[in-house]
Amino acid sequence: MKLDSLIPAPLRKPAKPGSGNGAKGAAPSDLKTAPERPSDAQRLGERAKEAPADVLAWVDQRTAASGFLTGMLYRKVPKGTNWFYTLGSATLFAFIVQAVTGVFLAMFYVPSPTEAYPSISHINNEVFLGQFVHGMHKWGSSVMVILIFLHMGRTFFFGAYKYPRELNWVIGVVLLILTMTMAFTGYLLPFDQRSFWASVVGININGTGPVLGPYLSDFLRAGPELGATTLSRFYSIHMLLIPGALIALIGAHLYLVVKLGTTAPPWLRAEKPKVAAGVSQLEAGVEANGGSPRR
Amino acid sequence: MADQTDKQNGAETTPAERAKPNPPGYFEGESMTRRRVFTIAAQGLGGVAGAAIVLPAVGFAVAPIFHRGKERWEEVGRVEDFVEDTYRQVVFTETEGIADAGKTTAYVRKGSARLEEDPKEMIAISNRCAHLGCPVRFVEAAGNFICPCHGGVYDFAGKVLGGPPVRPLDRFQTRIQGGRVEVGPRYSVTSQLEAVRARDPGEFTGGIWEYLYPPRPSTFPPP
Repeated sequence: MKLDSLIPAPLRKPAKPGSGNGAKGAAPSDLKTAPERPSDAQRLGERAKEAPADVLAWVDQRTAASGFLTGMLYRKVPKGTNWFYTLGSATLFAFIVQAVTGVFLAMFYVPSPTEAYPSISHINNEVFLGQFVHGMHKWGSSVMVILIFLHMGRTFFFGAYKYPRELNWVIGVVLLILTMTMAFTGYLLPFDQRSFWASVVGININGTGPVLGPYLSDFLRAGPELGATTLSRFYSIHMLLIPGALIALIGAHLYLVVKLGTTAPPWLRAEKPKVAAGVSQLEAGVEANGGSPRR
Repeated sequence: MADQTDKQNGAETTPAERAKPNPPGYFEGESMTRRRVFTIAAQGLGGVAGAAIVLPAVGFAVAPIFHRGKERWEEVGRVEDFVEDTYRQVVFTETEGIADAGKTTAYVRKGSARLEEDPKEMIAISNRCAHLGCPVRFVEAAGNFICPCHGGVYDFAGKVLGGPPVRPLDRFQTRIQGGRVEVGPRYSVTSQLEAVRARDPGEFTGGIWEYLYPPRPSTFPPP
């Protein structure tokens, strides 16, 4: 209850009907003596306790966010929801890790062919916690790719891509492709032997697509050979172009998840809803009495 | 009654009694309302504004596809440094501006009469594997080029003997100036060693492949 007082009324979990929250409490038994009045300090304390709630209420009055937030935070999830359902959030967490560490790496990284490798060694060897942040970004990218595939597998094997969630599956596939593009473009940035040759091979694989492939290779390299502008081009794609698209599509993905709800795992059989049975019995009764069933 | 209300509110006549408007240019069969004209105009302006942002940006990003750099020639040795029955490895700069990463390796020899080549010509074979671009090396004992990545094997002339490569090894244009050998732009060859514009590794050459993997404007015409 103490925590509840910090949450503005519109954001509190709606009370279940009949749970007794509406009761006013017992009437005062002694009406003759005046109730004890709180001192000024006590009242100030009470006011101070309510300050966070007041601030939230002030924002809520101007944004009407509480309706959306209660709908999102207290939405119903189906019976049987289990740990597999957290893979999407885990992927989102991995993305946030990549975004945050990437922003800080960009403070030290220099996307020039002669400076890229020295700047990465500088991050790894001299910057405080640099190796840690770089490591989080480097290994986190693999984590994100693994998690997004597990999330995709969960969605597929639970049949959660079916109506009405097909569009969310399509958005998810685009997010997968964008994630792979992030991994590909990020690989070149340290500009050591491994990343250089991996990018050469990767671009050549792109080029084997018929008709458009060779032009796609030229687009990625900014020319016929991997050159000075290739690195800055990859850097720009890696940190500006695709993150923007990723964030926008993640927003759409989450909106649809909240809007459509999640599915029950396939091993749960649908229970016969009790209410629906009651209505059908009611209709049967109406028909028996000669009336038309209510629709 | 609606008419009654109109009269009470000051309207002199009912809509039917009102005189037809007759401003210059007015005609009965008007097909476009003012609202529609403004809607289309606003959307059109928005489209123009969007195109003004997108088109230059896209053009900027794809321009390198249509740009061909300056032809580059580099001296790699004297004519007498090279023989016709084995290769000599030379390293030279193919792409400027990225230091050592822009260097490439070629295997150079004199034209061999045995292979029906002009003995006065120089043959420069790129070490870039035609499979995915790994560096091949010439193995003297076998007389073959061998790729370490996926086992591609090429014969002495650079033709595919085995493995995944899709075409013979690329070559570089060569010329002799004052007794010194110079190598120039890269070009690719078909399986019959006919010169075509440079292709990326993994792309077939010759026949219908010339259309499926069209020549890129950023490469130089073959010799």
